[in-house]
Amino acid sequence: MNNSSKLKRVLEGGGFAVTAECGPPKGANPDVVLKKAEMLRNKVDAVNVTDNQTAIVRMSSIAACSLLKTAGLDPVLQMVVRDRNRIALQSDILGASALGIRNVLCLSGDHHIFGNQPQAMGVFDLDSIQFVQVVRTMRDEGKILGGDGLSQPPDFFIGAAANPFADPFDFRVIRLAKKIRAGADFIQTQCIYNLDRFERWIGMARDRGITDKAYILGGVTPLKSPGMAKYMKNKVSGMDIPDEIIKRMEGVPKDKQREEGINICVETIQRLRGVPGIKGVHIMAIEWEEVVGEIVERAGLLPRPVFD
Amino acid sequence: MITGEQKPIDEIREMIAPYKRILVLGCASCVAECAAGGEKETAMLASTLRIAAKMKGEDVLIEEKTLDRQCVRDFVVLLDDIIERYDAVLSLGCGAGVQAVAEIFPEVPIIPAINTGFLGETRDQGYWVESCLGCGDCMLYHFGGICPLARCSKQLLNGPCGGSMDGRCEINPDVECAWHMIVDRLTKFGALDRLENIYPPKDWSRKQGGGPRKIVREDQQK
Repeated sequence: MNNSSKLKRVLEGGGFAVTAECGPPKGANPDVVLKKAEMLRNKVDAVNVTDNQTAIVRMSSIAACSLLKTAGLDPVLQMVVRDRNRIALQSDILGASALGIRNVLCLSGDHHIFGNQPQAMGVFDLDSIQFVQVVRTMRDEGKILGGDGLSQPPDFFIGAAANPFADPFDFRVIRLAKKIRAGADFIQTQCIYNLDRFERWIGMARDRGITDKAYILGGVTPLKSPGMAKYMKNKVSGMDIPDEIIKRMEGVPKDKQREEGINICVETIQRLRGVPGIKGVHIMAIEWEEVVGEIVERAGLLPRPVFD
Repeated sequence: MITGEQKPIDEIREMIAPYKRILVLGCASCVAECAAGGEKETAMLASTLRIAAKMKGEDVLIEEKTLDRQCVRDFVVLLDDIIERYDAVLSLGCGAGVQAVAEIFPEVPIIPAINTGFLGETRDQGYWVESCLGCGDCMLYHFGGICPLARCSKQLLNGPCGGSMDGRCEINPDVECAWHMIVDRLTKFGALDRLENIYPPKDWSRKQGGGPRKIVREDQQK
């Protein structure tokens, strides 16, 4: 088994990368993860494993990543700063590297008030940008926070998230630049439905010259129904779903809505492929992993590159 | 100021149930400003408890007194002459006030009547907001006078997160996004470039590095 990041190799080789997402189960059964792995095998370059997303307790991201790695996939370990202080985060970075996990996505995390443990103490000892910087320093300088040396540095392709649809808009590119300066090698964005706003944002990033300094992957999520679109628009902070998209989903018969959601997703990917500065897509098919292969195929992104 | 809110009356009644002679003790400082434990609220609580006791036919003595400051020894010792009359004190002071009285009168049970809240400001009549964590290393200069540790739900030093919409926090549209305010203020001062810096991880040892914090000033001691 080659022990380097496939995602990194695709991007450094100039390819248009494809990543997907795998939500771990609310239980201890490894087969759930392995089943999702089979759906995504050879369809994508790497698979993000979410870290107790929406603050719902699930199988740990590190464990699920390790299962994917054993199954021969390239996992992207999502880590949020909500639940672990700097001691635990750095320790888990070392452990994840030891398990052969080669990509990490450093996130703040959904606030715990949304999940099933609203009484929890939110940690937030580091923020996501500081966490990127910590991982970069561990990898490149072999040092933890405070300067102590590591007997062996961790080996990671470091990622961060960006949301072009949150406010204040003009500050979004400044924050992206900070993440890249902190050490992000790649960026995955929030789901894109408003392509005009997205293109304005990436244009500002190009003007600052930062699209050459990290690989930016555009995020997409296939919609299952107009109800899902409305829910995301109204209830999920930082989501921007234009009314045309909702109308389009409403304009087809109920039994065709999922297909229409896939159509929108495929069209979005095709448009993103032509946007200068975009180096790949990240497909977040929420509890709908079986559709990823079809989306990738219809977007003309198969077969995926193979490395020895 | 330290804010607080009175506990539910049933909870208070349950805590004082074993006692027969109770001093309801107010504090005329912070908790008076936030209308939780000043002279007026102390009188009202004592009166409510007396009525409740009377209705249940309980034979209980409930009296009240309000100190200028419950958290300052010089004021607490004023209870020296009267404390013996009571077998419990129901304090409307903040957590610091309750403990200061307990420290000085170790033989008397001190019962808290309010839930201490936060370090905050009176924004309007009947409206108090949290604005300081007491972190021990003030960073307000960097952030245009708005503390992201106290006012950002995720305590980001390099915000705003991806949940900021229309100046509102993702956790609740009633909550202002501290980072949106920081960006606006620094833009107004022409100092937005300050936020190009990556602020390093907070040194929490100034807050929780050595157990409960204290300040010792020899120049202030006799």
